[in-house]
Amino acid sequence: MLPLPVEERAAGRRRLAIVPALNEEQTVARVVAEIRTVDPGFVVVVVDDGSSDNTGPVAEQAGALVLRLPFNLGIGGAVQTGYRYAYANGFEIAVQVDGDGQHDPRELPRLLEPLLAGEADVVIGSRFAGAGSYRAPLARRLGIRLFAWLVSLVLRKRITDSSSSFRALNRRALGVFATDYPHGYLETVEATVLASKQGLRLSEVPVVMRQREEGRSALTVPLSLWYAAKVLVALFVSLFRRPVVRLEEEP
Amino acid sequence: MIPFRISIVAGIVSLVFLVVIFELIRRRRLQERYALLWLLTGAVIFLLAAWRDALRLVSENIGIAYPPSALFVIASFFILVVLLHYSTVISELSERNVTLAQQLAILEERLRRAEAQAEERPSLPS
Repeated sequence: MLPLPVEERAAGRRRLAIVPALNEEQTVARVVAEIRTVDPGFVVVVVDDGSSDNTGPVAEQAGALVLRLPFNLGIGGAVQTGYRYAYANGFEIAVQVDGDGQHDPRELPRLLEPLLAGEADVVIGSRFAGAGSYRAPLARRLGIRLFAWLVSLVLRKRITDSSSSFRALNRRALGVFATDYPHGYLETVEATVLASKQGLRLSEVPVVMRQREEGRSALTVPLSLWYAAKVLVALFVSLFRRPVVRLEEEP
Repeated sequence: MIPFRISIVAGIVSLVFLVVIFELIRRRRLQERYALLWLLTGAVIFLLAAWRDALRLVSENIGIAYPPSALFVIASFFILVVLLHYSTVISELSERNVTLAQQLAILEERLRRAEAQAEERPSLPS
């Protein structure tokens, strides 16, 4: 028997798209609309991380639920708000799609595939696993590679893109991240390690990312060095850490 | 040899310090659990200032030729401990702060929806 297409297998599962957004009024509506076009079964929740523009109202108009943080928490804290929401409201699948339009929702079925097949708990959309070519400043590409290499070393498992924030989780992974998730920027690197240490199964799928449409990265050079150092410390410490969250049984 | 003047000054300063901490606790501007480390710091400095033989013994044993320097080193060490303790307190507070902000955002969304629903069916008892 042929397996059903992803869309049909996903149909019975409650799924949430988490869109963290900080001052993305130019792009957030399109991201929300695109997710709903690709798969109308997704509930879209935009986490407004203390925007000073109209991100929240624009997202609401586009048909998303909006979780408005009272002040800026940084991307890690914003995404975790979405995970907490997903976990508390009984969602079975959650994906993270950034509000700046870099992540192409048309890649979502590919991202969901390993989850629905029951092969992974966390699926990472990798920019370097073979699909398309990711164009970014050299320093950034090198940084991403360096962290992927370090994470691969720590986990003794090949990861090509530990810092991609285009990810999908099942409920088991949601339970972990709702309880324990790194804050600040570059948090995805730590989250990758955390997930693996907690016994969650990771899987990477190649995705094509788009060029940033509006706005610029929130990370300036000194800030990214600061967070790179923070992540290095976190990676080192994680070598000596035991899992803190008890995993749920997969039904 | 420890100059008397240093012992007297150090003793008075640490006493004043202890009194200030006591006052802050009494007026509830400082919680006891955060005052403990400061009280310990003040008490140790006072002890070493008043009990000159102890200070001499300590400085000889850690190889400091001039005993008042030992007083300085020991006081610095206690201040380091207090600062480190504060960093852990700040970490815990910011962790809680994040959780509170997240819960607030989730609750606020629920409240807005509940209010919108309530408006749609105005059959509430007035």
